[in-house]
Amino acid sequence: MATMTIAKAINEGLRASLTNNPKSLLMGEDIGHLGGVYRVTDGLIKEFGDERVVDTPLAESGIVGTAIGLALRGYSPVCEIQFDGFVYPAFNQITTQLAKIHARSLGKLTVPVVIRIPYGGGIGSIEHHSESPEALFAHTAGLRIISPSNAHDAYWMIQKAIECQDPVIFFEPKRRYWLKGEVDVENAGLSEDPFKAHVVREGTDATIVAYGPLVPVALAAANAAVEDGRSIEVIDLRSISPLDFDTVEASVKKTGRLIVAHEAPTFGGIGGEIAARISERAFLHLEAPVIRVGGFHMPYPVAKVEEDYLPDIDKILEALDRSLSY
Amino acid sequence: MGSTQLPPGTEETLAAATAKAAAPGEPVEMVQLLGPDGTLGSDPVFSDYAKRIDPEKLRVFYTDMAKIRRFDQEATALQRQGELALWVPLTGQEAAQIGSGHASQSQDYIFPTYREHGVALVRNVDLAELLKQFRGVSNGGWDPRENNFHLYTLVLAAQTLHAVGYAMGIQRDQKLASADSTDPKAAVIAYFGDGASSEGDVHESMVFAASYNAPVVFFCQNNHWAISVPTEVQTKVPLANRAKGYGFPGIRVDGNDVIAVHAVTEWALEHAREGRGPVLIEAYTYRVGAHTTADDPTKYRESAEEAAWREKDPLDRLEKYLRAEGLADEAFFDQVKADGDELAKYVRSTTHGLEVPDIRDAFASVYAEQHPLIAEELAWFEEYSAGFESDEEAAN
Repeated sequence: MATMTIAKAINEGLRASLTNNPKSLLMGEDIGHLGGVYRVTDGLIKEFGDERVVDTPLAESGIVGTAIGLALRGYSPVCEIQFDGFVYPAFNQITTQLAKIHARSLGKLTVPVVIRIPYGGGIGSIEHHSESPEALFAHTAGLRIISPSNAHDAYWMIQKAIECQDPVIFFEPKRRYWLKGEVDVENAGLSEDPFKAHVVREGTDATIVAYGPLVPVALAAANAAVEDGRSIEVIDLRSISPLDFDTVEASVKKTGRLIVAHEAPTFGGIGGEIAARISERAFLHLEAPVIRVGGFHMPYPVAKVEEDYLPDIDKILEALDRSLSY
Repeated sequence: MGSTQLPPGTEETLAAATAKAAAPGEPVEMVQLLGPDGTLGSDPVFSDYAKRIDPEKLRVFYTDMAKIRRFDQEATALQRQGELALWVPLTGQEAAQIGSGHASQSQDYIFPTYREHGVALVRNVDLAELLKQFRGVSNGGWDPRENNFHLYTLVLAAQTLHAVGYAMGIQRDQKLASADSTDPKAAVIAYFGDGASSEGDVHESMVFAASYNAPVVFFCQNNHWAISVPTEVQTKVPLANRAKGYGFPGIRVDGNDVIAVHAVTEWALEHAREGRGPVLIEAYTYRVGAHTTADDPTKYRESAEEAAWREKDPLDRLEKYLRAEGLADEAFFDQVKADGDELAKYVRSTTHGLEVPDIRDAFASVYAEQHPLIAEELAWFEEYSAGFESDEEAAN
């Protein structure tokens, strides 16, 4: 069992994939000699050369569009988009092309492209460096969207994403890049299926669902709630599309209460989808309405006030209080 | 087909040609071999390529151009009769498509836009399958890998990037291949129009192609109109000249001259296959009909312009040449006409017979691997549909 940061775990996962699959390759801006702005691809160009770790021109549509062509030729490209807010120039290629090629060809063509996007706020950065656009992609059929919250998952989920024959968007919680955790490089365990949710903390009074950067926040809130004598279950969703409603539903049937927390704006977000579906599936088990904790309906605010925007322990505890007051 | 060795001096001649390429507003040199009067001229580089085309091949060019024009007429008629949701006519662009298509080899991969019916014919795509998309029974219709002819792409220029990525894959395949591999070298052709040349993806594709020296030929059919917007609104310089800014050769060719188109494309593909990098070909041609059956060209252009281009018709000029040189007789032209009518009949009957898919097929192909939401929604749909069946049973 090794201990490493999430950034290092992704680096090791990429290394394993490049080693095991000669047709896998990495492409993106500054990922070669610099090792990426977050150094996630550090050292890989030395090991695998510039045909496998490709420093591309500064052009997001070009990165994803050429990755589609490489995939059509039998390769497994992994693209890095430097920051969440820079994925939009590639939005057309991702949503009108990458997502639809398998369907348009009635399954004759597969495009196993992985798009890595460091996402989310809390790092005190400037405009376009802190966004959470996952709902925009989740709404598009044909894409799979996953986000690890810990080093073990990061190591394995990136490898599973590369193996997957569907396009996968791999949202990396950038403010957790330096979060250390144990990684079992021998045994994937629950990471065997990156599209399944994990119950990371068991409880009986209410359920909190989170993913990526908010999983540690949800766990901290659950621990804080113990002082008030409450037993809170926490689910790390891990996959946003497909969304593992079965795991959430089973938990809600046990606890009767559900809080969904994500950094993206609440309106039109993943939380709304979970609330709607759980109210369809488990209406009679709910003791309170599903409560969402998320961002406001505004462009991601300037760094000096982002603390007021981001879901934190207090906002989740407030939601728990409201839920438990029914 | 052809030697893989470029004739001596070719690169220098082309370099000189691109060096004196026109500034904005100046006329650009255009490669032309077969003039509108049906006489064959010469070109310092491309005449050698034209000499590779034997009389039998010329007759094939003519036959294919006539066939696809006839097909175009039939598809237009089918649309007018409500059998197709939309049609995208190609009349006027036969030489650009048949000439370039025949210059490709089976190992080359083609990324068309949505008007390359002529290239599809050359690449042996069943034209009935091609109509599936326009009939509304498929978003594709053929297996792209069977003839290395990709599905049509409706979002303008998106496929130019796919073409470059595919070409980058070919480069990697060559490095992965064993030293004694006898696989022929391959290249990619990316088709797009003068309107699409304004899209950012064309720019990015050319940047990537140049950066990685990708074996790709950009084949722009400048048919002068992006629906109702003329080429002048897309570009201030001749489109072929843009290549110089990216650092690879750009050639304008008379797109209504099938011999020149073939010669230039063959040169460009050899250039790409031999690892010399990308080429941009601008086939200077004209869309005689509408952009699609949904627009009306009389609202946005002068009939005199159309008439002037009809004088440059690609079929007429090859017919004149074949007759003048004694390479085809009346019986040949009669046969071509009969074959065209036969094709039209086939297309008409198969269109009526195109099977409407079950929506379950759509559920099956959204993802390559199992996806619980798809399973859940399909199960709901099955249950919902079964409800109607049991109602019917009860009624019976």
